[in-house]
Amino acid sequence: MALPKYTEPHYRIWHYVYLTICAAVFFFLVAPLFVIFPLSFNAEEFLVFSDGMKRLDPDAFSLRWYQDMIYGTKNPWGLAAKNSFIIAIFATIGSVILGTVAALGLSSRHMPYKGLIMAVLISPMIVPLIISGVAIFFFMAKVGLAATHTGIVLAHIILGTPFVVITVTATLSGFDHSVTRAAASLGSDPVNTFMKITLPLILPGVISGGLFAFVTSFDEVVVVLFLAGLENTTIPIQMWTGLREQLSPTILAVATCLIILSTLILVTAELLRRRSERLRGINR
Amino acid sequence: MSSETKQILTTDGIPLEVSLKKAEKKNKIKAFLLVAPLLLFIIITYVFPIGDMLMRSVDDKMVTEMLPKTFKSMEKWDGQDLPPEEVFEAFYFDFQKLIEEEREGKLSTQLNYTKNGFKSIIKKLRRKSKSFEEGNYKEQIMSVHRRWADVEYWRAIKRRAPAYTYQKYLKGIDMYENEKGQIINVPEDRRVHRILWMRTLEIAFFVTVFCFLMAYPIAHLLATLPMKYSNLLMICVLLPFWTSLLVRTASWMILLQQQGIVNDFFVMIGLVSDDNRLEMMFNKTGSYVAMTQILLPFMVLPLYSVMKTISPSLMRAGKSLGGTPFVAFWKVYFPLTIPGIGAGCLLVFILAIGYYITPALVGGASGTLISNQIAFHMKSTLDWSFASAMGLMLLSGVLVIYWLYNKLVGIDNIKLG
Repeated sequence: MALPKYTEPHYRIWHYVYLTICAAVFFFLVAPLFVIFPLSFNAEEFLVFSDGMKRLDPDAFSLRWYQDMIYGTKNPWGLAAKNSFIIAIFATIGSVILGTVAALGLSSRHMPYKGLIMAVLISPMIVPLIISGVAIFFFMAKVGLAATHTGIVLAHIILGTPFVVITVTATLSGFDHSVTRAAASLGSDPVNTFMKITLPLILPGVISGGLFAFVTSFDEVVVVLFLAGLENTTIPIQMWTGLREQLSPTILAVATCLIILSTLILVTAELLRRRSERLRGINR
Repeated sequence: MSSETKQILTTDGIPLEVSLKKAEKKNKIKAFLLVAPLLLFIIITYVFPIGDMLMRSVDDKMVTEMLPKTFKSMEKWDGQDLPPEEVFEAFYFDFQKLIEEEREGKLSTQLNYTKNGFKSIIKKLRRKSKSFEEGNYKEQIMSVHRRWADVEYWRAIKRRAPAYTYQKYLKGIDMYENEKGQIINVPEDRRVHRILWMRTLEIAFFVTVFCFLMAYPIAHLLATLPMKYSNLLMICVLLPFWTSLLVRTASWMILLQQQGIVNDFFVMIGLVSDDNRLEMMFNKTGSYVAMTQILLPFMVLPLYSVMKTISPSLMRAGKSLGGTPFVAFWKVYFPLTIPGIGAGCLLVFILAIGYYITPALVGGASGTLISNQIAFHMKSTLDWSFASAMGLMLLSGVLVIYWLYNKLVGIDNIKLG
């Protein structure tokens, strides 16, 4: 944003002030994430930069917390990671199937009570998690699914579907319905049309909704805290316990891994979003 | 010509209007069938359980079922003086049954909620009642402890007779119903919940304001920069958005601790002395700082998506008509961004008002919110009906904002990423 030459001095000053403010806000947003990286390589047990680290002394850095995370004797991270992935994958599959099918119905112009139904379907995203946690816990306890993987997967499907519904309905809003009519006129049945025509076209939206559902489940702690028993511990639960009791650098090693994971997911989601916009013919 | 001959017929001879209506109806059912699985799933596993919370919050059947005879005989008692012998007798038999079922402990806990002092006298009554003789239960019970001869305690029992109660809601706003049925405030020094409600509103409000003040300039920058720069900067907004909440909270715990980097920096620039480091964690400051950073992307994204649609030529037109850049901004640009401001502020406020994890970790005692109190009652005191009542009070607040959001922005206009 270069300023035109004729800009008066005080506007010029204001412009630089504005840019400085923006830089500060971006710094505030991103910098905290980068504190974790170096500290996770700390050779010492404290969560502060040691003098050695400030001098960039190689001896002050080590991989011991990563070793502790993977090989540590009493470490719950292995079980937690396994549980987290299993739960998140099943919750994502469930959310994507239920959410996509519902989104197809919702974007039909024949859908009755659209606003009301949409509001109900989106509500798990809006209602404070603590209330969702209490309500889902009461339900799961009643049907005997508390402290089971199934119960947690179902709970995460509840929390994940709103994201799929939103992203897929957004993708379908630019969808050209004449292609499905063309398929039908050529003798294709609705299921075949969906698999061969609709799904490939809305796939970016479906996948990005799925990513949201995955991250929601993978990062969810409030509801799991109510539902999980010792066997069902997940990475967020372990982090929560660790942060409450004692901040050990092992947590920072785990956190670094999570940041890398979220970066990968972010890049995938961004690429998909752009692809989706290209497919839908939105040029910017 | 009659109207029937005018009617257009389809090839099967059915009037077009009828045929169309039929097709329309079929489409409606088809669309609904697609939505039905998810709708049913959400209603059964989510909407009903929230209704269940409502039942739990007003449910008071426990004591009603424990003392059926007592409450029946109390119907005739006016509550002025001590109840007559028959009430004592009924109470004695109810109580004996509870001892057999080993449920007298639960009764004492329940009655203690209504009036302090029941725990010890029920324990004592259980011990002494073994050697009770038949007849004249009034005298015998009253001789166990002088509180059993106090009419206040019998009134307290009577107050538990109805199967439903709104006491938990009153408790949630630090009020209670006294012996005479008046609703009054609890003494000033014992009010905890009102402070929490106020603090929750205060923190949610200021976090929203801070988020708005910080998000507006960067959303503007993102919307006006050329694509190749703005895409890069957008990553700075989206990366925290996609990063685990616990990771972000952990990084604030490291930054804000007394030996942390922020304090180091303050010492370095001489703002505070080394032995006088600021306490920024486990208090309100911690909640403010961490929540603002965590919720900031939720403000930036709606603002950005609105600002992106505002044509830059509008500002140029404003300036060419003689407005200074500030006037052009204030009169032209700002009003156009109000939908985005509304969306972002409502979203951040809704999220902030129900925040739990971050305040629990960095908020300490003075920075916790109403959610933390709900979790406390769910996990520690096990007063689930009170937790449900508080949850529903919070929920009704959120639903009002949700409704507003739906009116102003439309639920289907929520944008993600």
